[in-house]
Amino acid sequence: MKLTMLSVAAVMAATIATPALAQGKLTVYTALENEQLAPYKKAFEAANKDIDIRWVRDSTGVITARLLAEKDNPQADIIWGVAATSLLILEQQGMLMPYAPTGVEALKPGFRDSKNPPAWVGMDAWMGAICFNTVEAQKRGIAAPKSWKDLLKPEFKGQVVMPNPASSGTGFLSVSGWLQGWGADEGWKYMDALNQNVAVYTHSGSKPCKMAAAGEYVAGISIEYTGASLKTKGSPIEVILPSEGSGWEMEATAIVKGAKNLEAAKKLADWAASRQANELYVNYYQVTAMPGITKDTPNYPKDAEAMMMKNYDFAWAAKNRDAILADWTKRYDSKSEPRG
Amino acid sequence: MTEIPMGTLGAIERPRRAVDVERLVHTLATVAGALILLVIIVLPLAAVFVKAFQARDGSFAGLANFTAYFGNPALFRSVWNSVWVAGLATVITVGLAFVFAYGLTRTRMRGKTLLQLVAISPLLTPSMLPAISLVYLFGNQGVIKDWLMGQSIYGPIGLVAGLVYYCFPHALMILVTALTLADQRLYEAAEALGTRPARIFRTVTLPGIRFGLIGAAAVTFTLAITDFGVAKVVGGRFNVLATDVYKQVVGQNNFSMGAVVGLVLLIPAILSFAVTRAAERRQRAALTARAVLFAPQPASFRDTVFLVACGLIAVVLAVMLGMSAYASLVKLWPYDLSLSLISYDFAEHDADGWSSVWNSLILGGGAAAVGTVLVFVVAYLVEKGQGPRGLREAIRVVALLPMAVPGLVLGIAYVFFFNQPANPLNGLVGGMAILIINTVAHFYTVAHLTAQTALKQIDGEFEAVSASLRVPQYKTMLRVTVPLCLPTLISIFGYMFANALTTASALIFLYGPDTKVASVAVIAMDDAGNVGPAAAMAMVIVYCAVAVRLITAGLNHLVAGRLQRWRQR
Repeated sequence: MKLTMLSVAAVMAATIATPALAQGKLTVYTALENEQLAPYKKAFEAANKDIDIRWVRDSTGVITARLLAEKDNPQADIIWGVAATSLLILEQQGMLMPYAPTGVEALKPGFRDSKNPPAWVGMDAWMGAICFNTVEAQKRGIAAPKSWKDLLKPEFKGQVVMPNPASSGTGFLSVSGWLQGWGADEGWKYMDALNQNVAVYTHSGSKPCKMAAAGEYVAGISIEYTGASLKTKGSPIEVILPSEGSGWEMEATAIVKGAKNLEAAKKLADWAASRQANELYVNYYQVTAMPGITKDTPNYPKDAEAMMMKNYDFAWAAKNRDAILADWTKRYDSKSEPRG
Repeated sequence: MTEIPMGTLGAIERPRRAVDVERLVHTLATVAGALILLVIIVLPLAAVFVKAFQARDGSFAGLANFTAYFGNPALFRSVWNSVWVAGLATVITVGLAFVFAYGLTRTRMRGKTLLQLVAISPLLTPSMLPAISLVYLFGNQGVIKDWLMGQSIYGPIGLVAGLVYYCFPHALMILVTALTLADQRLYEAAEALGTRPARIFRTVTLPGIRFGLIGAAAVTFTLAITDFGVAKVVGGRFNVLATDVYKQVVGQNNFSMGAVVGLVLLIPAILSFAVTRAAERRQRAALTARAVLFAPQPASFRDTVFLVACGLIAVVLAVMLGMSAYASLVKLWPYDLSLSLISYDFAEHDADGWSSVWNSLILGGGAAAVGTVLVFVVAYLVEKGQGPRGLREAIRVVALLPMAVPGLVLGIAYVFFFNQPANPLNGLVGGMAILIINTVAHFYTVAHLTAQTALKQIDGEFEAVSASLRVPQYKTMLRVTVPLCLPTLISIFGYMFANALTTASALIFLYGPDTKVASVAVIAMDDAGNVGPAAAMAMVIVYCAVAVRLITAGLNHLVAGRLQRWRQR
């Protein structure tokens, strides 16, 4: 009796104490959407039968913070589906292992690190967009915005939600897009005026779109992916890509320096850059790293690639981020809320 | 209880050797307890707070981060916002919790079991759930948004409401403990002397529970000021310190600044500690060795009044829960209100499906078992032990720390400390053990305060008598103290279990590929816009927590029937 108790305890202790590190298991850190995990895993494992993907999935901010905090002893083998801006930070910290996946030359030049071998390789892109609730807008007689500047109209007062750029990469993407597209003076002037119409600054990038979808507010500044996916689920929203163009961001893959399962990680990096993978990405995003991959993604705004800001500069955004956020916080975060 | 003639026993000389051995054992045990707390609380926090004095690249920066932070005009607004919102939430919470606790312990109103279960329900819900409910009730599409008279739920109103909901059971738990352990003889004496009830309340009841009241206020204020979950969802444009931490750590991956704000957040906790200590010094043991436990007499008017008051509070709490239960069954709020169970098919919305619920239960059981034993033994050593006074005092301070640390900071702290290549425990990272340890540490404070309150109210005379009788103290502990404290132990077990099920803020940095828990899945699904499934998973957590609660309540009943028979006269 005592012996059984002991062995049960031993087994329990063993399962509790040892995170599995068996052959063929690959720890993948990701910020992919939940709905993408199963199909991506299935497709990769079908092509690589000896490798078992084990996800650690969270929001971009949390995953990046985890990777940075674990820097001295990385738990992840590979990062698949995390914003390139985050990977730039990791690269600066010397945390990535440059690797050229088979066939990387076939990808659009803008979608891979310019160094050779590249530290990170892009997968697909998403961009700033307005989620616009048509039911609530009709109740209030508000016409759909066509441009960012339309959001300054008086009827939008207290009806715009936007992510706080200090909390959310999506929020920063929009701010950086306006500053790059219009220049600092006009960009800040726009935000001063927009601030008068913003009801709430949220701490998550997808939240403004969700709030618009639920009719809490009429317009949410968010990303087009979230809008399309919510519309597919039945929410009465339009996904609008403003005419001035939008800041954008890409999802990317990178091998972690010190990966415990390096060979498997390389196989995933190869596969993530393959045509097969890109054909999977296009089910969710219109713009993929490989040229010539197209598909009508449900409820996705047309011509997304054309609306991506041409000269949007990741490096500039990364370099000036702290200064922009300090300025933004001083202007809009320290004041009491205007009544909407 | 047989009266013991103290005079004769006190004169007996104690054999020196026996006392020395006992003292040595106590010292060793206290050192061991202190070491455990050092590893699970102090060192991880040190590993993160040292970042406050480093630049982002890890080089020494002195006070540069503090200068930068305090030079920011947004800061003072956050500090002021945090203080008044937490202060207001504390006043409301402790007031309501006192009425409720008084009703539960000092009256004979009906339906106590049900009321108690409803009252602790916020403890059984993931923090996402009240936020979802608040928005569904009072948001711009809310069912009773008119009740706010044009004010927005996104801002201080929503924050205070959410915080009161979240803090209520914590304050209640401490106040119930304080009000339960009272000496009936004091009341009998006061009544025999013809004292008016108001005066009895002022001169007997309040002094007896002063420590509990101050403890409850300190706990509520600290919880309210460090809570991030409510602020994130309904804070709107209203900035508080807890959201500042999030902006730094998750928004900008700036651990140095996150550590600075984390340190600022420790100030209220240190102040609460000072206040609690001052109150403690004046607190005498209410339950002397000859005490008779208080048992309320029926009084129909009083009982009715309290039933109505507690009933109202319970209804509000139940509505919050009910709203989310409803949300989990609705197809698409607010545009398609047809009911369905599709939200509960988690595999559709989350890669781990139902397995995260199983992980949560393992975590809960582990944290409750480990936590209850650790907390009680350490609290016992501190309150009744003979270990070095300085060490015991140090443990008291350390025990209060975790509550003052936002979960986010504690999670990052664990990664920094346990994941170092040089740390012999780094094998734990990614497994279930680190989640269990982290959860025990995270919820240490309230569990410790509860144990402490119970132990403090048991007269030291028990130990003195057993020492005179040459009974080793561990026997007194096992035969007197533990049975006396069994309800408290069971309640600590339930508290740890429930919190393990519902907490997420620290765990998001620590779960591994095989150990994702349900509360993390709730956040992930809500993030993806799947509010229905998120509410559904939150409700599954609630049902698990309620089941655990019913089991502990059953145990408590059994205990009350058998081990606590002495309480009846």
